[in-house]
Amino acid sequence: MSAYKLSLEGISKSFGAVTANDRVTLRVRPGTVHAVLGENGAGKSTLMNVLYGLYRPDEGRILIDGRDVVIDSPRAALAAGIGMVHQHFMLVGQLTVTENIVLGMKGQGLKLDLASHRRKIAKLSQSFGFEIDPTADVMKLPIGMQQRVEILKLIYQNAEILILDEPTSVLTPNETGPFFELLERLKSAGKTILFITHKLEEVMAIADDVTVMQGGKVKASLAKSETDPASLARTMVGRDVLFQVKRSAHSTGEPVLRLADVSANNARGLKALDRVTFEIRAGEVFGIAGVDGNGQAELAEVISGLRPVESGRIHVSDTDVTQASISDRARRFGVAYVPEDRHRDGLVLDESVAQNMILRTYNRRPFARFGFFDRSAIRDHAERLASAFAVRLQSVDQEVRYLSGGNQQKVILARELEGAPRVLVVAQPTKGLDVGAIEFVQQQILAQRDRGVAVLYISTELEHLLDVCDRVGVLFRGKLMDTIGSDDATPERVGLLMAGVAA
Amino acid sequence: MESLFSLQAITEILSTSLRLSVPLVFAALAGVLSERSGVFNIALEGKILAGAFGAAFGAFLMEDPYSGLVVGMLFGMMAGSILAVLGVTFGVNQIVTGIAINIFVLGITAFLSRIVFGAQANTLRLPGFKAFDFPGLSSIPVVGPVLFGQDLMVYLMFICVGAVFLFLYRTPWGLAVRAVGENPSAVDSAGLSVTKLRYGCVIAAGALAALGGCYLVLSQVFLFSEHMSAGKGFIALAAVILGRWNPVGALCACLLFGFFDALQLRLQFNYQDVPHQFFLMLPYLISILALVGLVGKPRPPAAVGRHYRREAK
Repeated sequence: MSAYKLSLEGISKSFGAVTANDRVTLRVRPGTVHAVLGENGAGKSTLMNVLYGLYRPDEGRILIDGRDVVIDSPRAALAAGIGMVHQHFMLVGQLTVTENIVLGMKGQGLKLDLASHRRKIAKLSQSFGFEIDPTADVMKLPIGMQQRVEILKLIYQNAEILILDEPTSVLTPNETGPFFELLERLKSAGKTILFITHKLEEVMAIADDVTVMQGGKVKASLAKSETDPASLARTMVGRDVLFQVKRSAHSTGEPVLRLADVSANNARGLKALDRVTFEIRAGEVFGIAGVDGNGQAELAEVISGLRPVESGRIHVSDTDVTQASISDRARRFGVAYVPEDRHRDGLVLDESVAQNMILRTYNRRPFARFGFFDRSAIRDHAERLASAFAVRLQSVDQEVRYLSGGNQQKVILARELEGAPRVLVVAQPTKGLDVGAIEFVQQQILAQRDRGVAVLYISTELEHLLDVCDRVGVLFRGKLMDTIGSDDATPERVGLLMAGVAA
Repeated sequence: MESLFSLQAITEILSTSLRLSVPLVFAALAGVLSERSGVFNIALEGKILAGAFGAAFGAFLMEDPYSGLVVGMLFGMMAGSILAVLGVTFGVNQIVTGIAINIFVLGITAFLSRIVFGAQANTLRLPGFKAFDFPGLSSIPVVGPVLFGQDLMVYLMFICVGAVFLFLYRTPWGLAVRAVGENPSAVDSAGLSVTKLRYGCVIAAGALAALGGCYLVLSQVFLFSEHMSAGKGFIALAAVILGRWNPVGALCACLLFGFFDALQLRLQFNYQDVPHQFFLMLPYLISILALVGLVGKPRPPAAVGRHYRREAK
């Protein structure tokens, strides 16, 4: 019996000229939670895809219980007892929990015996405290439950090694605690867990051991007890990281953005905002906290002009912009908007970086002359912005799809902040970004505040809000619950409001 | 002139309805199977025609309808294989591929028919299936002649509906097919081959749709004529949607279309002073009406028509 449940020895994998994994060695003790920590693009996902049989490594060996195994397909991985929960779940929404779990299982014969599977799944679910109804349609389950279905599926198929790829990225802060308890139960049942993450606090909370990757290489591999967050961050990013973004003392000016009794409906015609009233002064960051889906998306859209109000008024300085068009708001009244869904609302993924940087101004000089693009003006403009915002790219003609999440967010920020806005609406700007990118985004927001911009910062990540905002309001079922100055805004107090308990 | 509502007339209309539905049902089953696996199948029309030609060819050479059935299905599977290779392996747009197959089959069957049957193409009488009565059952009024006085292929059709239904909803492979049409990555990740599943469904669908063509030749007209599929593949496509990608639903939709087709024939006959084109519109009008909103918004399998490729950098 080997000391390691799983070892990856000297795994290398290149895509063309890019080396995604460079002689990576990862050794995992049985019955432990082993974190693989690294920024986006550090090669974590590639390594896991090699382990799961989706990619063939160029060199290296995989050993399970000290024995060489060949994993050339997901089927081979499953047979070797390796299961993976992908970041985007591999579930079929239209099928029931039982059907999803049974899908692809071997040795079922000709007839699908759902009833007996259902009983066994219910029992297994109960024994781990998953609280899953095996007859439910998967798409009707909340996302946290779907994740449990994925894990249950692996256990039901007798996986010994569970790979969890950024599992907490889909969970709210309140769900993370119970999720970690669940991992503890899995661990005590003898399962070995590989936990892929870029969040330090999660490593400190749940891992036994941690392997840090950067640029396709292993930078460190150690027990959690031998390390601390600061040195982990340094290893991961390759330099010191500020944990607390410093908010300098500053004064605020006149109110710039004012909402009075604004109500609006969501896409399904149901009330999403209920008489929301607040004002943001020049040089102030106003945060909106709340569990996702309580009207945050609609609030951002109402202000940027994407969604009409049902009633109420919106003012920028002294002008009523309630009926103003999206482009008027952006150009004439200086409302900049960094949307929550970068891929859907923020960028045209198949267009170049340069084109994406003129989405707001494409039809104006100097970019368009007599109805034709001036390509060199567009390129110059893009190169200037890219270097000002430190966007890492090969060329401004590169399709924006191929940039990392953090660099895509920089492209949007560069575009939106360029016109010296008076109001900045940012929705979930740190979602899916790594530490370095989060730090950059927050510094940009603070720089805008210091310029005298009124900033509305919507986020479900409470710590990020509290770092940056001067005041925090909480949305609950479309109502603005209360507004708290950031010095009084403890996570506990805001958390109560997020649950709808008025102070 | 006989009333439209006499027992005799109703029996005849229903009986004709069922017979007109048969090719639609086979083709619609093919559509259900293939689209459930995520492959858009606009080539049903071509597969019916390929089946019809194969049936005529087989029956002509071997002078026996069963050989016609086998050859017809083989030809349909060949047409299905083209869709599988181009649409599944090479990721060519499935609608374009389907249209190409339809046009190709139209041309090649017309060409081959002249070579094989020559001048006698339109006077030929090929061996076919005969209706047979279930003793006793077929003498029940209305129901008897409609359900128990048909030929072999009508019963085969009902068996196929049941078989496709049981396959999709009661077997592990059927579960995999339903899953691969919704989310192929989930199937891939579960260790099953997306390609094999789709190949299986598309080729089996070729055989099923071809049975519709076999019926036209071996049970109805006993010869092959150019473009004898005459749009049935497209009506079947509408029936797939109307039947919500469910074999039993598709059967009901086809019976509905078949009924209105039979009705319009009867109306043409009964009201000869009205231009017959007016009645000819009826089945198509009904299919449009049925699709635009009598039955709510259909939700096709999420991945239908989309080529699956493993995510690669």
